[in-house]
Amino acid sequence: MELLLIITVLCYLISSGIYVAFLFFQKEALHKWGFYLLAGGFIFHTVAIIATAVRIGSLPAHNLHQNLILAAWAVVGVFLLFRLRYNLKILGIFAAPLASAAMIAAMIAPREPVQMQQIFNSFWLVLHVISIFIGEAAFALACGLGIFYILQENAIKTKRRGFFFKRLPNLELLDASGYACLVVGFSMLTLGFITGFVYAQLVWGRLWSWDPKEVWSGITWLLYAAMLHGRLAIGWRGRKAAVMAIIGFAFLLFTFLGVNFLLQGHHGDFTRW
Amino acid sequence: MLEIVLLGLNHKTAPVEVRECLAFSRDDISAGLRALTQYRSVSEAILFSTCNRVELIMTTEDFDLAVEDAKKFLSETRRIPISDFNDCLYVYRGDEAVRHIFRVGASLDSMMVGEPQILGQIKTAFQTAAAQKTSGVILNRLLHKTFFVAKRVRTETAIGDHAVSISYAAIELARKIFGDLKEKQAMLIGAGEMAELAVEHLMRHQAGCIHVVNRTFERALEMASHFNGKAIRFEEIEDCLQQVDIIISSTGSPNYVITRDQIKKAIRSRRQRPLFFIDIAVPRDIDPGINRLPNCYVYDIDDLKGVVEDNIEDRQKEAVKGETIVDEAVIRFRDWFKSLDVVPTLLQLRNKMDVIAAAETRKTLQSLPHLSEEDQRAIQRMTRALVNKIMHDPTLFLKRSGVRGNKRTYLDIARKLFNIDE
Repeated sequence: MELLLIITVLCYLISSGIYVAFLFFQKEALHKWGFYLLAGGFIFHTVAIIATAVRIGSLPAHNLHQNLILAAWAVVGVFLLFRLRYNLKILGIFAAPLASAAMIAAMIAPREPVQMQQIFNSFWLVLHVISIFIGEAAFALACGLGIFYILQENAIKTKRRGFFFKRLPNLELLDASGYACLVVGFSMLTLGFITGFVYAQLVWGRLWSWDPKEVWSGITWLLYAAMLHGRLAIGWRGRKAAVMAIIGFAFLLFTFLGVNFLLQGHHGDFTRW
Repeated sequence: MLEIVLLGLNHKTAPVEVRECLAFSRDDISAGLRALTQYRSVSEAILFSTCNRVELIMTTEDFDLAVEDAKKFLSETRRIPISDFNDCLYVYRGDEAVRHIFRVGASLDSMMVGEPQILGQIKTAFQTAAAQKTSGVILNRLLHKTFFVAKRVRTETAIGDHAVSISYAAIELARKIFGDLKEKQAMLIGAGEMAELAVEHLMRHQAGCIHVVNRTFERALEMASHFNGKAIRFEEIEDCLQQVDIIISSTGSPNYVITRDQIKKAIRSRRQRPLFFIDIAVPRDIDPGINRLPNCYVYDIDDLKGVVEDNIEDRQKEAVKGETIVDEAVIRFRDWFKSLDVVPTLLQLRNKMDVIAAAETRKTLQSLPHLSEEDQRAIQRMTRALVNKIMHDPTLFLKRSGVRGNKRTYLDIARKLFNIDE
């Protein structure tokens, strides 16, 4: 178990290094190896999660350690899928270090003994957790793409070009793929909400309990909903969309981590230190 | 002693008046090659001529005579006295000639470093020479290596990566904004060489409809038919802003043709789709304030010049890497050229046989441990005798063929037959 995680972290770290080298030297082979290592690490990562799930008999999302591992897994998985669809070699420079950072944080985070809770085995809960993590991973990528968009647009607008101009893809691709990330993220988040409601109804007999995490998630959801609405209705795109994807992700991070540290609630148990 | 000689002139050494007098048309080249190889001093020859250079590549046994003959040839076929172009000529021999043709092929010697046309021109020249059979073992290999070096320089350095013309730089920028230019519509306001070139680049990228605006509608109609586009009137520009993505402007108007307010209005109805303005006019046609509007990008002539200058600088940096590749190839070619002599070839051939014989004998003897030392020596003697007998006739043949003049062809074949160069 531990060994699998360490291999995973190593793969991600080396992959990050290779992607950074790719950013500087732009050699085709580098980005290929960065991608292979990331994919290789993902396999170990998946095995590690399945092994833990089998051992504890439920989805490993009980403490911060496990949640960070799941979050990193979702980021890498969504990135790998996106890479198949979009020719975005450079996105690895964002995804690989992000996954590495989450994994390292997971390794450092204390692991309280897992209390077996019967309620954790519900199908609804598993779906709730997985779809939310995938949605959050897609939003993370949208944030990365937003950062790239702003860098590239600055290079073009200020006419200085410079380091990033040659290395980043065209604005249209960055904008369109960022939008695709938002759509995927929003769909998954919505699915996560619905399954969460069903689960809450089944377990606690109520859909919504004003738990801080629920509230902040609701705010995040509304924010992304507004973003998508703006895009569809009046064509918010380009820089504005990129900035909002970054702000949205900041809210998301707060919802994911901040709420648990600063505020109390029933979701807190899962990410408590 | 056979050697490679290159004689020529280019844009750096000769003014255009001289170059145009010496230039060969495609048909001239075939006749020229035949005339050139009539000279006894010239064994092989390739000739190529572009608007920037004329180069004669030859192999000869007598360097001085070949140079004299080549000058005579140029003077006679082009009907111009030698004194008119003698000062513009450069003459290279041996490694220097090889290096020169490699550099020319890799576009390191071009007026615009990295431009790709030169390689195609050399290829055509080589095909012509091959068809006329004036190119033989040595020049064939030299030219193949030239293509190889050119390809390496192109793929391993970024020498040809970025646009070095204003119009192409503008299109490259458009691709950084829109990605694919397919079906992107453009508006051309006014006329001008650079603007029209830019439109042609767009069409090559399968851009959509080209809307042409001109002060006189007749002129617009005329140009629109040329670009297969649509002519629109000056007053219709504002309506057209809904549809187009790229606006190329090059009018003589003293005022802005498109103002910030017009675009501000258009942005909303365009649902924020990006707009790219290429302003080639002086004074400018496009309000520079438009660049500050969201999803609008304005590049004027100075901005584009800046891009081109940066790109040229990049190419020059890459050219240094190209020179290293050329140096390496020159050394390798020299090694091959030297080996095209009887003695080294025979030595290498002999050596190869000996190595094979020794290895096979050792293998055989290992599987026959019961043989006495005397027996073993007998077997070794036999293999040596075999090698000697086998080598005898080829050795004599190659030594004799030196007298008959086509020595290098036979040497080359021998090296290929026995795969000595690997």
